[in-house]
Amino acid sequence: MSEANLTTMGGSHVMGAHAAGALEESPYRMPSKKLVMWLFIMSDAVTFAALLFAYGYLRNATPGWPRPFHFSPTVINAMVMTFVLVTSGFTMLIAMRAANLGNKAGALRWTFITVVAGIIFALLHIREWIGLIGEGLRLFQNPWGSGLFGAAFFTITGLHLSHVVGGVIALTVVALGYQRGRYDAGHIEIWGLYWHFVDIVWMFVVPFVYLLNIAH
Amino acid sequence: MNTGGHNRDEMSQDLSGSVAKNFVIYVCMLIIAGLQFVVAYQHIDSSQMFLRMFLLAIVEAGLAVMFFMHMWMERRNFFVTVAVGLIFVLTMMNMIWSDSFRLLRFQLLK
Repeated sequence: MSEANLTTMGGSHVMGAHAAGALEESPYRMPSKKLVMWLFIMSDAVTFAALLFAYGYLRNATPGWPRPFHFSPTVINAMVMTFVLVTSGFTMLIAMRAANLGNKAGALRWTFITVVAGIIFALLHIREWIGLIGEGLRLFQNPWGSGLFGAAFFTITGLHLSHVVGGVIALTVVALGYQRGRYDAGHIEIWGLYWHFVDIVWMFVVPFVYLLNIAH
Repeated sequence: MNTGGHNRDEMSQDLSGSVAKNFVIYVCMLIIAGLQFVVAYQHIDSSQMFLRMFLLAIVEAGLAVMFFMHMWMERRNFFVTVAVGLIFVLTMMNMIWSDSFRLLRFQLLK
């Protein structure tokens, strides 16, 4: 059978199927880029959950798990970091709102305030790491007990810190692109979702990694 | 939560709406975060402390997901997809605990 006959016989059916596919609504009636961000967030949530479960496993199965954190400086530092990160979530929300209203200046201002908050968080985190390293905490040894503590602590807080730094870079790039007209309010919104996710992860890292390891 | 129809306009309205509601959510999140620090200094056993902190973290994260990430404005089937998938995976991860306790007992017998 010739190609022409095939087209004649099945052409309308094939065309119809393609047209239906092209006109099909996007899944969940949200833009593809936002859906992709949600999928990334889901997979990243599982990654962090796996790390926290692994940490819980080690902590539970290791007698003499260290509890090295004192009110000053670690707990105070964790309080300030939590305040900064939750506040940055709120400022990101205001940036998303301003972008949606078409208030470009407001969106940029609040996005950069969020970026500054992210930088402050990262600096506080690095300062804390330097302090703990100064006290003798290493990846596989520390002066307080099980050597696994350092591996668990640095892995979990390090992965979170890398997400914060990544978010700071991404928000800066998107804000500058938004200023130049390369990106729109939708881009601010999806990176806002990412920033809120980073905020949510911290809500679990603080109690499990810091507060359950306070020296009494 | 939206069961159908286009919700983009509603979401735009919410994003464009007053910040007052979101400020209240923000303050609630700060209070819950503060409560976690209070729980950390209570004289209770570790399992109770873990449970209280975990519940507070769940509530705090729930507020952030529903209001800051606008999950409550998304279609219900999207919420179900995300929630069922995540809850299933996180529940399956709990299989590790029996082995964790076995290791602990094994060490105690030494």
